[in-house]
Amino acid sequence: MRRRNWSIPYAIFLLVFVVVPLILIVAYAFTDEEGAFTLGNFRKFMMHPEAINTFIYSIGIAMITTILCLVLGYPAAYILSQKQFKTSKTMVVLFILPMWVNILIRTLATVALFDFLKLPLGEGALVFGMVYNFLPFMIYPIYNTLQKMDQSLIEAAQDLGANPMKVFTKVVLPLSMPGIFSGILMVFMPTVSTFAIAELLTMNNIKLFGTTVQENIYNGMWNYGAALSLIMLLLIAIMSLFSNEENNAQNESGGVI
Amino acid sequence: MMKNLLAKGYLWLLLALLYSPILIIMIFSFTEAKVLGNWTGFSFDLYSSLFSGGMHHSLTNALINTFVIALIAASVSTMLGSIAAIGIYNLKSRTRATMNFVNNIPIMNPDIITGVSLFLLFVSFGISQGFTTVVLAHISFCTPYVVLSVMPRLKKMNPNIYEAALDLGATPFQALRKVILPEILPGMISGFILAFTLSIDDFAVTIFTIGNEGLETLSTYIYADARKGGLTPELRPLSTIIFVTVLVLLIVINRRAEKQKQEK
Repeated sequence: MRRRNWSIPYAIFLLVFVVVPLILIVAYAFTDEEGAFTLGNFRKFMMHPEAINTFIYSIGIAMITTILCLVLGYPAAYILSQKQFKTSKTMVVLFILPMWVNILIRTLATVALFDFLKLPLGEGALVFGMVYNFLPFMIYPIYNTLQKMDQSLIEAAQDLGANPMKVFTKVVLPLSMPGIFSGILMVFMPTVSTFAIAELLTMNNIKLFGTTVQENIYNGMWNYGAALSLIMLLLIAIMSLFSNEENNAQNESGGVI
Repeated sequence: MMKNLLAKGYLWLLLALLYSPILIIMIFSFTEAKVLGNWTGFSFDLYSSLFSGGMHHSLTNALINTFVIALIAASVSTMLGSIAAIGIYNLKSRTRATMNFVNNIPIMNPDIITGVSLFLLFVSFGISQGFTTVVLAHISFCTPYVVLSVMPRLKKMNPNIYEAALDLGATPFQALRKVILPEILPGMISGFILAFTLSIDDFAVTIFTIGNEGLETLSTYIYADARKGGLTPELRPLSTIIFVTVLVLLIVINRRAEKQKQEK
């Protein structure tokens, strides 16, 4: 069948608009303005306390956001997924819906809320805004995993004499690990790479790593900007590898699904 | 009973947290006060001034740009993605796996990385940035989603029907139009809606590919406006309209998905 040739235009498109651009990030990161090979861009990052601080601060904010989202989101996902609470499908849609509203509008809405309540903008607003922006990304994958879970496993554990606490720690929690890991990834990744929204939530007082990347690219420092992007990409790659491995290990040992 | 009440209460509390910001914007879109939080009586003034253009001509322009870009990007993505899905479906398994892997990259990549990488692509080849580059960028991150929504329809299809059409004397083109197209159409429509929403929503990729020749989309307009410190009051009715539009689109997508599930 010659219809396989139909994938050729898209293959070329992907090559030009996905593969080549990514190669360009690497190429720019390891070259100077004249195009000669250099590690200078990475050295510059290492020697630049402000850049390092922003980097670490962004990871910190991303971690706090991720933890808060997990603590707030897990119970919600659990309640939504369990038949005993009789929640409707609409409820699930309501939780996922904010994911689809323009992130700037959501951020402006947060600023508006803080203005309305006469609360100061700053670190508190930043964390609130991040949690508000990314909570649905935590709830959705956990909900999906919990929903697919075999309910008879819970009943079996109960029949075998496990108390509710035991049922949760020995059955429900281990089985929801894949969802938790993809939730962590889905919250951590956009939080650590976001730009622009931190400035809006803190009246330009706090800068995150994404903004550092954007500013450098904007100011014509393409090579340095590319190096910073590559550092961010590596951080995210490590995170996703880690969570993939955990996921695989879970799937193997879980075995039930 | 108590437990159930507590659980429901928690959900509603969380929903209140998630929706209070957007609700505030919605409520204050119906009053004309310049400063958000001042209620100066109910009015549709902001809505009418949003649509009359005039003073906020640039906002109207940004809105039109956003929709035109989304329409072009979603249409091209749907065409490209559907043709690609048919091609990928017929590939040998190893090539297919490679294609699927590369197809997933734009979905997995953080927006800023996609933005930076496309920016570098355009500047490296000396392409001046503007309308065309934004459209190309949007096509590049929308098409993978179209492929993903068309593919399940192809997998579900009985391959013998296509062969049967050919045996009965249909030309390959006729067989495609009469057999394959009706089968994948629902996937194409979902893909189109998804691509359209993604394009309207995008900020990070747009800002890296829009150049500096004065072209604005809604996202970049809001960003520029917010950075100046004063938010255009007309953004309140606009956000409200967008929120309601997205809500309706999502319900439509959901209904379609539910229906497809039932058909199975």
